[in-house]
Amino acid sequence: MKSIKVTAALVAVGVLALAGCGSSSSASSSKGTVNVVGFSTMEQPNQKEFAAFNATTAGKGVKLQGAYGASGTERDAVLGGQPADEVHLSLEPDVAKLVTAGKVAKDWDQNSTHGICTNTIVTFGVKSGNPKHITSWDDLLKPGVQIVTPDPGSSGSAKWNLLAAYGAYLQETGSAAGAAADMKKFLGNVVAWPSSGRDATTAFENGTGDVVLSYENEIIQARAAGQSIDYVDPSTSLLIENPCAVTTGASKAATDFLDYQKSAAGQKVYVSTGFRPLPSVNVGSVGTVQGAMDPSNPFPTITHLLTIDKDFGGWATADSKYFDETNGILTKLKAAYSK
Amino acid sequence: MSARRLNRGAGLGLGIAMIWFSLLVLLPLAAIIVKAAGGGASTFGHILTESETRDALLLTVKVSILVTVLNMVLGTLIAWELVRGKATGARGAGRVAEWVWGKVRVVIDLVIDIPFALPTIVAGLVLLSLYGPHSPLGLHWAPTTQKAILVAIAFVTLPFVVRTVQPVLEELDTDVEDAAASLGAGRLTILRRIVLPALLPAIFAGASLSFARGLSEYGSLVLLSSNSPHRTETVSVRLFAFIEQSNTASAAALATILLVVALLAIVVLDLVQRRVASHE
Amino acid sequence: MSRELSGRWLRRLIVVAYLLLLILWPTWYVVKNTFAGGFSAFWDILQMPEVQSALEVTVRISVIAVLINVVFGVWVSMVIVRFRFPGRRVLSALIDLPLSVSPVVVGLALMLVYSPAYGWFGKPLSSAGIQIVFATPGMVLATCFVTLPLVVREVVPVLEELGEDQEEAARSLGAGTWQTFWRITVPSIRWALIYGLVLSLARALGEFGAVKVVSSRIAGQSMTATTLVEARSQFAPHEAYALSFLLAFAGVVCLVIVALLRAQATRSLGEKS
Repeated sequence: MKSIKVTAALVAVGVLALAGCGSSSSASSSKGTVNVVGFSTMEQPNQKEFAAFNATTAGKGVKLQGAYGASGTERDAVLGGQPADEVHLSLEPDVAKLVTAGKVAKDWDQNSTHGICTNTIVTFGVKSGNPKHITSWDDLLKPGVQIVTPDPGSSGSAKWNLLAAYGAYLQETGSAAGAAADMKKFLGNVVAWPSSGRDATTAFENGTGDVVLSYENEIIQARAAGQSIDYVDPSTSLLIENPCAVTTGASKAATDFLDYQKSAAGQKVYVSTGFRPLPSVNVGSVGTVQGAMDPSNPFPTITHLLTIDKDFGGWATADSKYFDETNGILTKLKAAYSK
Repeated sequence: MSARRLNRGAGLGLGIAMIWFSLLVLLPLAAIIVKAAGGGASTFGHILTESETRDALLLTVKVSILVTVLNMVLGTLIAWELVRGKATGARGAGRVAEWVWGKVRVVIDLVIDIPFALPTIVAGLVLLSLYGPHSPLGLHWAPTTQKAILVAIAFVTLPFVVRTVQPVLEELDTDVEDAAASLGAGRLTILRRIVLPALLPAIFAGASLSFARGLSEYGSLVLLSSNSPHRTETVSVRLFAFIEQSNTASAAALATILLVVALLAIVVLDLVQRRVASHE
Repeated sequence: MSRELSGRWLRRLIVVAYLLLLILWPTWYVVKNTFAGGFSAFWDILQMPEVQSALEVTVRISVIAVLINVVFGVWVSMVIVRFRFPGRRVLSALIDLPLSVSPVVVGLALMLVYSPAYGWFGKPLSSAGIQIVFATPGMVLATCFVTLPLVVREVVPVLEELGEDQEEAARSLGAGTWQTFWRITVPSIRWALIYGLVLSLARALGEFGAVKVVSSRIAGQSMTATTLVEARSQFAPHEAYALSFLLAFAGVVCLVIVALLRAQATRSLGEKS
C-alpha cells in the first residue's frame, strides 16, 4: 500500500535526521569539547569545577563533559577507545599504563605539582553518630565489625585503602609478620568489595557494613548532599594524590582546563568540595567546607600521615610489590583471607 | 503450505540476513566461548572453586528456581482468574460484585505486563526505596538479605507463566470438563485429571522463560544487592565486576557457564513439556 | 456463603493482593517519589541539559535499533516460514537465543569482538577509524541484540497461519516479488508487525545492562536515560526518579497500544474467519 511506503520513507528520513542531529549537537560549542575521564568520586566536584572554569576567560565557551567510574575501569576504557581529552585518575600507575600505550605524553608529570591535581586522605566513613565507636585501625579488627572497601581489581580507592591499612598495622606491630596477621583479621571483616569508591559509599549508605573506607572528600560531599553519614580520620592515614594529564593530541582547551585545576582558583573550588589543598598551590585560607565534620576546621592534621613515596617506595615500586596479580603482598593476603 | 527451495533472490537475502545475524549475535557469543575455552579447564576450574563465584551461581539458581515454582502456581492461578474468572447466575449484590470483578479483571490484564514496560533499573530503584534502609513499612530487606532479590526476580518474571497459560486456557474446550461433571466427577478431580494436564505444557514453557530470565537478571539487582559475596551477590553482578576489573577470561568463563545452565534448563523443560504433551 | 463462593473470592483475593503488593505498590511509588517535590520541581529537572541529552540518546538509539530489527525481523520471518533449507530449524531456535542471555553477557560478547584493546575486529576497525564500543554503534548493536527475537516471534505465527494462497494468487496474476510483498504480505501481517515493533521499542527504551558495558557513559553526550538513572540514584535521586517516571510512562503507553492492537488483531482475524 502506498501509505505504508510513504510512512516508511518518512520514518527513515526522521531517523537519519535524529542520527545526524545527535552527533552535531556535541560540536556546537565555540572552543570545542573537552572530554574528561575521571575516577568515580570526581563527578560532583567536577560539576563545580567545570562551572567555575566556564566563568573564566580561558574557559568561556568550552564544553566540558565527564565520564566517571572506577579508576582501573576508566583507564581500560580509555585504552579501549573511550573519548578522552583529559584523564583524572585515582593513582599514578593508572596514568603510567596510559603512557605505555601512547595515550599520554611521557613528560606528563614534569610540572609544579608532579602531575597531581587533587589531594585527600583515607578516612573511615561511619553511621551517623558512630554507634559502634570506630575510631582506629584496631577497631576494624574487632570481631563483628563489618568493613566495606572497594575491590583493588578495578578501584583506585581500594588500593589506597589497603595500603593505608597495611601501613598502619606495620607501624603498630613493627613487623611485616605482625602487619600480615592484622590484615588477616581485617580482610576477614570485609563484607563487600564494590567495584569503585562511589559504589562503596553507595553500598554503605544503603545499609551495608558498619564502616566504609573511602576518600575523605567523598564522605564530605556525601554529607554535603544530605546523606546521613559521619567520618573519622584515623590517627594514621595515607596521603592520597590523584594524578591528571591531557591525552596526546588534546586541544588547547584541555590544557587550559588542566592548568585551571592546578591554579589557586581551581584548587579553591576543589577544596570547597572536600579535597585537601595541594601543598604547591597557595589557596590562602581554606574557609568553611560544607559537609566536613567541623566545617570551620575541615582538614585536621593527621598524627601519622604516611605517603606513598616515603613509606612505600613510590608507586612504581609499590604497585607491583603490593598489587601484582600473582605475587603482590596484598593480592596474596586478600586471596588467602578475604571471605 | 508449499515447501519452496530458496531461489537466488531469497538465497541472497538470507545471506545478507545471516551476515547481520552473525556480526550481531553469533560471533560475539562465539567470542565468549572461545575466550573461555582459551583459558582452558584451569579457568573454569578456578571459577567454580572460587567460593565467591560459586556462591553467586548457587544463590542465583536457588532464587530462580524458587521464583519459578512460585510463578508456576500463582501464574496459573492468575491466568485462571483472568480467563475462567467469570461467574454466572449471580443475583442482586452478587451481580454487582461480579460486574465490579469484571472490570478488575481488565485492569489485572494490563497490570500483568507492567514488568515488561518498566526498565529493570527503575524496578531496582523503587524496590530499594520500598525494601531498603528507608522502607516506609520498615521492611529492611535490602541490601543485606536475599528476600529483596526474591521480590525483584518475582517482579520481572511475573508475566511469563501467565501469558503462556492464558491463551491455552482460552482455547480450552469445556466439553470434556462438562462431560466429566455430568458423570459425577468432583471439581478437584476434573481440575487434576483434565484441566491441569492440558495446561502443563504451557506452564512448563512459561517456567522455562521465567527461569532463564531469573538467571540473567541484572538491572533490578544492581542497586538492590549490596554485592556482599556469598550473601547477596548474584551471577550477573559478579560478571559485571569481572568486566570492570578487565578480567575478561573469568568473565567469559562465567558467561559460558550461565549460557550452558540456561540452555540446559530450556532443553530439560522442553523435554518435560513434550513428555507431558505426548501423554494427552 | 457456599464453599464454592468463598473459594472463588478467596482465589480472587489472593490474586489481587499479590499483584497489588508486587506490582502496583512499586509502580505507584515511582509516581509518588517523582512528584514528591511538586510538578514544578519535576519540570525543572526535565530542563537540565544532561537529562534532556539522556532522553534524546535513548530515543535515538531505540528508534534506530527497532527499525533495523523490523527490517531484519520481517525478512527473516519470511525466509523461515516460506522456504525450506538446511539449518532452518536451528536458525529459528537461534533467533530466540537473545531472550535467555543476560544483558551483561551481551555487553561482554560485543566487547570481545569489537574492543580496540582486545577484540577480534577491534584493532583493524580502529585503524580504519571506526569506533564501535564506547560509541553509538556499540549501543545500537547492544540494543539490537536484546530486541532481536521480538518482531520475529510475532510475525512468524501470523505468516504461518495466513498461508501462501493470496501470495500465490498474486504471483499467478503476474505480480513481481516486491509488489506481492508490499501489497499482499505486509498488509496482512501489519498488526503483528506493529505489535512486535511496539514490544521492541518498550524493550529498547528500558535496556540497561548491555548498554552500560559498551557505552562511553559521558553525561550530556552518550549516557542513556537508564544509565543516568543509576548514576544519579544516590546523589540526586529526584533526577533518577524523574527519568524513571518518563521511562515508565513511555513503557505503559506502549503497553496500552499493544493491548489495543491485540484487540484489533483479534477483531480482524475474526473478520477473516
